[in-house]
Amino acid sequence: MSVPLTLLGLLERQSSHGYDLKRDYDTFFGRGKPLPFGQVYATLSRLARDGKVEISEVRPGDGPDRKRYVITDIGATEVHTWLIEPVEPEPHLQTVLFAKVVLALMLDLPAEEYLDTQRSAHLRRMRKLNEIKSGDNLVDALLADFGLFHLEADLRWIDLTVARLDALTKAVRP
Amino acid sequence: MSFIEARNIVLSFGATPALRGASVSVARGEILAIMGPSGSGKSTLLHCLAGILVPDSGEILFDGKRVDKLSETQRSTLRRDHFGFVFQFGQLVPELTVEENVALPLLLSGTRRKQALPEAGVWLERLGLEGLEKRRSGELSGGQAQRVALARALVAGPEVLFADEPTGALDTLTGEQVMDLLVASAREQGTTVILVTHEPRVAIYADREVTVRDGRASAHASDRIGS
Repeated sequence: MSVPLTLLGLLERQSSHGYDLKRDYDTFFGRGKPLPFGQVYATLSRLARDGKVEISEVRPGDGPDRKRYVITDIGATEVHTWLIEPVEPEPHLQTVLFAKVVLALMLDLPAEEYLDTQRSAHLRRMRKLNEIKSGDNLVDALLADFGLFHLEADLRWIDLTVARLDALTKAVRP
Repeated sequence: MSFIEARNIVLSFGATPALRGASVSVARGEILAIMGPSGSGKSTLLHCLAGILVPDSGEILFDGKRVDKLSETQRSTLRRDHFGFVFQFGQLVPELTVEENVALPLLLSGTRRKQALPEAGVWLERLGLEGLEKRRSGELSGGQAQRVALARALVAGPEVLFADEPTGALDTLTGEQVMDLLVASAREQGTTVILVTHEPRVAIYADREVTVRDGRASAHASDRIGS
């Protein structure tokens, strides 16, 4: 999963301090693997260097100064472009798709459209694998079947997620 | 240029809305998959396109002519002369032999038995069912029965084949064999196919797919059509 894009997505929702970003990231996307503070601040520094976020205020704290980060137009464009683009259909992409769905719901963006686009990309890839199967090579067909079953599992997840979007929206937008 | 089309179809069963403005358009010779979850209205949409159900409002067009304006008798004739059907279950007449089942559409159209049975035999051979001519449906495996149903759907040379979950009762391998035969036969004959399925592995045999959700049809982003 792309940590920079996910942090940008959280900032698109609202301006935040690094601490709040880490907390929200761990709550929604960490899944038992908390994001180290060092990685949060290093990522925010790179995003600021690249003009994707800005520091809107600095307040002195007990330790280092507390900086509030706000997303720029460049950063917002990058988040929206990323959300719209279907992920390359391959096994084990659920974490990226998962992050996109949750962020889209947080940002009140059309998650269902993104999932439809993803379904279409999956079906296109499955058609290509099915074409491989139409040849006479049984070994190729066996390999294509492996890919087909994994992509089909993704599609089942996509369909179930679409069916649960209303409930998911309530879960991520308190 | 659409060959068969639904325009803004609305249909309710009593107080329960099944279709709420569904539109779909299929070109001649195209294979379209209609996907969607259970209860989404995908089979109802297929039944409207096939002239089995008449929508409360909206239009159904086949080759430029309004199907929804036809009488029940005219729709029945249209189905018999132009359409073929494959469903998931229970399509074969148990009292008839395999070859009689396949020849049935020809016999109902007035073809003599002497001519109809050999024509059925051609399709049985084409679908790998030679030797089963005299059996009855109870003596067939699921895959064989579905291939017989496919032969019967195609024997009269329909312009459109409607298939509703044609592999729903079959295992993966047998389902693939049926779909391979269905698609190959349709391509060979230039038959337009409208295929309802909730299974992606079946839908990928189609040229493109639309999804029905809450009674509305939408094309996927890559190949959006009038909906």
